[in-house]
Amino acid sequence: MLREEELKTFVEGTTNYFEVAAQQPATIGSPYLMEGAPAVHDYTGVISISGKREGVVYFTAPRAMLTVLLMKMQENDFSHETMRDLVGEVANTISGNARRDFGRDFVISVPSVLAGEKPAITQKPGQRSFIIPINWRSHSAKLIVSLT
Amino acid sequence: MGLAQGNGAGSRRSLKLLIVDDSNIMRRRIERSQQFEELQVVGTASNGVEALEMFRKTDPDMVTMDLTMPQMDGIECISKIVHLKPAVRILVISALADKATAVEAMECGANGFLNKPFTDRQLNEAIAELMS
Repeated sequence: MLREEELKTFVEGTTNYFEVAAQQPATIGSPYLMEGAPAVHDYTGVISISGKREGVVYFTAPRAMLTVLLMKMQENDFSHETMRDLVGEVANTISGNARRDFGRDFVISVPSVLAGEKPAITQKPGQRSFIIPINWRSHSAKLIVSLT
Repeated sequence: MGLAQGNGAGSRRSLKLLIVDDSNIMRRRIERSQQFEELQVVGTASNGVEALEMFRKTDPDMVTMDLTMPQMDGIECISKIVHLKPAVRILVISALADKATAVEAMECGANGFLNKPFTDRQLNEAIAELMS
């Protein structure tokens, strides 16, 4: 089960992503336990975790935030496909960086993406899910970490 | 997957670069950010299978290689590419941040490892080191 101290890895990974990729720090709120089905934004990148831990990492963000993030990355394609690509890449990067602490047996999948639909983010027995709030410029997003 | 278009400057360039990443954004970012006139991007690929096909078509001198990709991952692709051309220089650009993965990639034949996310400066320093 995901321990609260392990959340630090994901908080640091999220902080580092915005500092480096967007060159503008995000404010990361205090993580809290997920209860019920959380509200998701326009695009959600999903990474499945297997190996010594099992679960899912979600990065969900509104289109407006992703547009500004792409601009900061000097990208000039703001299509639906590029939005999907970006949320997958953010989820992949934060999850992959977590191997620094969890080790190589923390196996991450290639990203899948949910858009234009309400993803069913549910907890399996034995999993605890935490929501990490992300505030960047005037936008809000979430990282949701569900791990055994 | 794509072959790069000629831009008339190719004759001045002496090193051919293949960019492999399953993210379009990352492929464009690497292509846009690298600042070496002597490097000519000859193709891009979004997985290991495409990368091998492009490698055979373009015979690059250098490759940037993602690791987590569909169909064939980067580690397997590195092994196959090095078998085809032992002198190729490979820079792994991956989010996987554990030391064991970096060691495995190097043992398979990679010459450098850059963690995502990265700045333009970090990318260019890593490429410069690969070219030296």
